[in-house]
Amino acid sequence: METPDFLPIERLQSLIDTLIDDGFRCVAPQVRDGAILYETLDSVKQLPKGIAQEQSNGRYRLQDTDSPRNFAWANGPQAIKPLTFAPREELWYGELKSDGSLKFYQAPTETEPVAVLGVRACDLAALALQDQHFQSTFPDPYYAARRKRLLLIAVHCTHSAATCFCHSTGDGPEAQSGYDLSLYETDLGYFVTAGSLAGEMLLHRLPLEPGDAALFAAARSETRQAAESQQCQLPQGDLQTLLFGNLNHPQWEAVAERCLSCGNCTQVCPTCFCHSENEVPSISGQSTTHERQWDSCFSPGHSYIHGITLRKETASRYRQWLTHKFGSWHEQYGRSGCVGCGRCISWCPVGIDPTEELAIICKDGTGDSA
Amino acid sequence: MINPYLPLEAEVVERIQETPSIVTLRLRLTDPDARHRFYCAPGQFNMLYLYGVGEVPISIKSGPQSFLDQTLLLDHTIRAVGRVTRALVKLEPGAKLGVRGPYGRGWPLNQAQGKDVHIITGGLGCAPAVSVVHELMRQRSRYGRISVVQGVKHADDLIWRDQYEHWAKQPDTQVLLAADQANASWRWHTGMVTGLLDQLHLDTERSLAMLCGPEPMMRASAERLIELGLRPEQIWLSMERNMQCAIGHCGHCQFGAAFVCKDGPVFNYPAVRELLGTRGF
Ligand SMILES: Cc1cc2nc3c(=O)[nH]c(=O)nc-3n(C[C@H](O)[C@H](O)[C@H](O)COP(=O)(O)OP(=O)(O)OC[C@H]3O[C@@H](n4cnc5c(N)ncnc54)[C@H](O)[C@@H]3O)c2cc1C
Ligand code: SF4
Ligand code: SF4
Ligand code: FES
Repeated sequence: METPDFLPIERLQSLIDTLIDDGFRCVAPQVRDGAILYETLDSVKQLPKGIAQEQSNGRYRLQDTDSPRNFAWANGPQAIKPLTFAPREELWYGELKSDGSLKFYQAPTETEPVAVLGVRACDLAALALQDQHFQSTFPDPYYAARRKRLLLIAVHCTHSAATCFCHSTGDGPEAQSGYDLSLYETDLGYFVTAGSLAGEMLLHRLPLEPGDAALFAAARSETRQAAESQQCQLPQGDLQTLLFGNLNHPQWEAVAERCLSCGNCTQVCPTCFCHSENEVPSISGQSTTHERQWDSCFSPGHSYIHGITLRKETASRYRQWLTHKFGSWHEQYGRSGCVGCGRCISWCPVGIDPTEELAIICKDGTGDSA
Repeated sequence: MINPYLPLEAEVVERIQETPSIVTLRLRLTDPDARHRFYCAPGQFNMLYLYGVGEVPISIKSGPQSFLDQTLLLDHTIRAVGRVTRALVKLEPGAKLGVRGPYGRGWPLNQAQGKDVHIITGGLGCAPAVSVVHELMRQRSRYGRISVVQGVKHADDLIWRDQYEHWAKQPDTQVLLAADQANASWRWHTGMVTGLLDQLHLDTERSLAMLCGPEPMMRASAERLIELGLRPEQIWLSMERNMQCAIGHCGHCQFGAAFVCKDGPVFNYPAVRELLGTRGF
């Protein structure tokens, strides 16, 4: 790879300024209540400079360091998913007219341009999966409008968490595609590459300098070291066949003894798409709003059909989550539904690690053990 | 971009009380253009939306014929079981509601051409089945023998009795009825629907079976048909799962890798055979 041009660290603000001048709302990682979240920003001072992270099963802690870097951490609880698939949103509203007729109106779609600075490789891969899900047979107009307005600036990971396993899913730590612009971070600044025409045009307006080849080689090797440092791993093999061949494995009961069925894992997962719809009538009764809201396969209502909850026990819910995410996604979307971000491990209150469960359930490779 | 979530307004043209808890609503889309565009195949369903209450998936009982000859009434037979359906069955002629659809894949009518078709249903499974029988009868010469096997829990639950009697009189048509609990006027089989399958005139080479109803009933019937000589590929069944969106987005209807709303509700038996026998899917 040719040495990209370089944006000295003291000029990072010019990137944000250019985006704001172009009419973008700039969204970037910031420290909020002890976690890193993606929120609106207008100054580099709001970035998590010098923040380091400790993540492990059921644990997420931030630490201050004197590193000059803004992106020397892996990820936060929320990916960029809420920017395209809103946690709660209005789909349409209806009016009851005085003659008894009904009128239905599409809820306005969001069009405000948003530039996201600091997107991770895993989250780009997750976004590509959500694109497939929401924009195939019946394109979702709300998702599509939000998606279209996004400009994505990736920052390649150099500091994987102990929970990350994007290397074994093939999604990181170096972002492969799906971004407009990408940044390799060093102590001195950023190597900038473009991944789209929009990114190319933006790149040419930044106050860049010719990059130093040795420094760039070092920056890239940091992403490789991050990959090598990863401790978790997605078990190899045809997980769909192995999972569906082990539906009666005793480990489903064993994990259910620890799992609280809280659904945290699904709420932090950047690829989970389940949602429910509900109706919010106005007090006057003259209008009503039809909304959707994130839901989870761990909720009792998820598998409800008149009078029966098909998945009453936690074991069957955990099995639904694992067989879907790591199994049937292959058939549905041509790949695993997991991009290795590790969030479900850190944010599980009891520290369940699906890669460990998979390793046990899919171990013998010969099909059903029960 | 068309909005796949937005319902169309429809009007209740007629309300037929089939049993104390089952009502057929005959609906007309109020927008003439939408009416002309609407076309559906037997086995597909609509999302019916009751103002301020919510949306539920309901099979379309009218066959394609009613769309071609412009009567364009969407018949839905609804059993009152919960929040939305209890309120839906109370709608009177003139009332307005929302409709979006049709959704899903219907019965394999192309494959059925030239073959004997056996329709085996239990309970209110009869709504999607009735639409397919109507269609088979409309194009009678395209198919071989037709049998309709219907099971109900209690003899009083049998609706469309005249319809069955009428079909039974058609040439090359066999109608078999079963009730788990009979009543005084019941002159058919007492017991499970699977108990009737031995009586089918089953030419195993040129048959297709279409099943709908409760899953244990469909499973038992499918396995019995296989024992009687059908190959699993000759069996089709209609599934139900919780549905919020009907367009493959909400994730609720998943059954293994299938989205029942768009890959189904009608499935070829081999595609669902294994999971159908596993609790929790
Ligand atoms: C493809 C398909 C075709 C159907 N065809 C018919 C039909 O022709 N006639 C008929 O009476 N019923 C039919 N049903 C079942 C019908 O959709 C449910 O009885 C109805 O959703 C119950 O809603 P409720 O609010 O009255 O019940 P509640 O028990 O209050 O249910 C609450 C919510 O759960 C969901 N839900 C509950 N049961 C089901 C279910 N079986 N399937 C999907 N979602 C469910 C719905 O979102 C419902 O609003 C069909 C279901 C499917 C999936
Ligand atoms: S399953 Fe866990 S590790 Fe995989 S993408 Fe979802 S949250 Fe990340
Ligand atoms: S695995 Fe953990 S996060 Fe997921 S539902 Fe169970 S307890 Fe909650
Ligand atoms: S009903 Fe929503 S995905 Fe099938």
